[in-house]
Amino acid sequence: MARLNVNPTRMELTNLKKKLSSARKGHKLLKDKRDELMRRFMDMVRENQQLRREVEAAIRSADAHMAVAGSVMSSEQLQTALMLPKQELELDIREQNVMSVKIPVFDTKYKTSNAGDIYSYGTAFTSCDLDDAVKALSDIFPKMIRLAEIEKSCQLLADEIEKTRRRVNALENIMIPDYEETIKYITMKLSENERSNTASLMKVKDMVLDKAHNYS
Amino acid sequence: MYKAAVIGSKESVSGFAALGLSVFPETERDKIARLIPELAKKDFAVIFITEAAASGVGDIIDKYRSCKLPAIIMIPGITGNTGDGMKNLHVSVEKAVGTDILK
Repeated sequence: MARLNVNPTRMELTNLKKKLSSARKGHKLLKDKRDELMRRFMDMVRENQQLRREVEAAIRSADAHMAVAGSVMSSEQLQTALMLPKQELELDIREQNVMSVKIPVFDTKYKTSNAGDIYSYGTAFTSCDLDDAVKALSDIFPKMIRLAEIEKSCQLLADEIEKTRRRVNALENIMIPDYEETIKYITMKLSENERSNTASLMKVKDMVLDKAHNYS
Repeated sequence: MYKAAVIGSKESVSGFAALGLSVFPETERDKIARLIPELAKKDFAVIFITEAAASGVGDIIDKYRSCKLPAIIMIPGITGNTGDGMKNLHVSVEKAVGTDILK
């Protein structure tokens, strides 16, 4: 803790008192912000964990189907089957404001609305495992997008929480104590001046009285 | 209008082509390291990358952590799940809370 380098005057004292009260207000607000961010973050992290488990399991099973398809068909055939997709995915991005952190929300839009359009090949020359793999991926895809959304949100929130926590700590442990100490110093200095003033006045009064009436 | 991309080995990512995602079958570290900034500059909002492909370019992926876009998400590849995706979540928690409370 260090006293700020200011002149011990009444004006500085008023300024500092104003600063201290706004620092206290800011500290309280930031603390509330941090707590609320943390609450949201923990909810999101839990959902994120859950989603990630689901997505990873689903992709693993889709990959297993794909591996079987790859062993039944030649790799050229497999590539040809998936070469020209019928479906095209577009993402629309909205922003959601969580305690002034802007987190993205993804809306998916497909070029064609037909659910069968994920199969970009004829069924005659491809393995049914390929169908299964593509179907499994398409089933889990909405969750993957949600996972992307929430994982990004978690990262952004974590950043903001870190920043807010730092600000709260700086206010709590440095700025507010510094202000308090400086205010105390100025008050002491001012009352000390006051006392010395009174003392010298009394002395002068004694001297004047002594001169006029020979009191003592 | 934004798009989504998938990066990884050919076997891992080719299935996503059918769903209308842009597929980049790359496995070499240098190529991926160049590809990610390129995709980020274009309008790719979500980049799925297999854990195997992401293992070499962690520093580049970390650069995009605090950016709003793109979201770079790890998925398990055909060679299996290394747990790197979950680890990423733990990193976020550690950053926010100060310690990893998910363990």
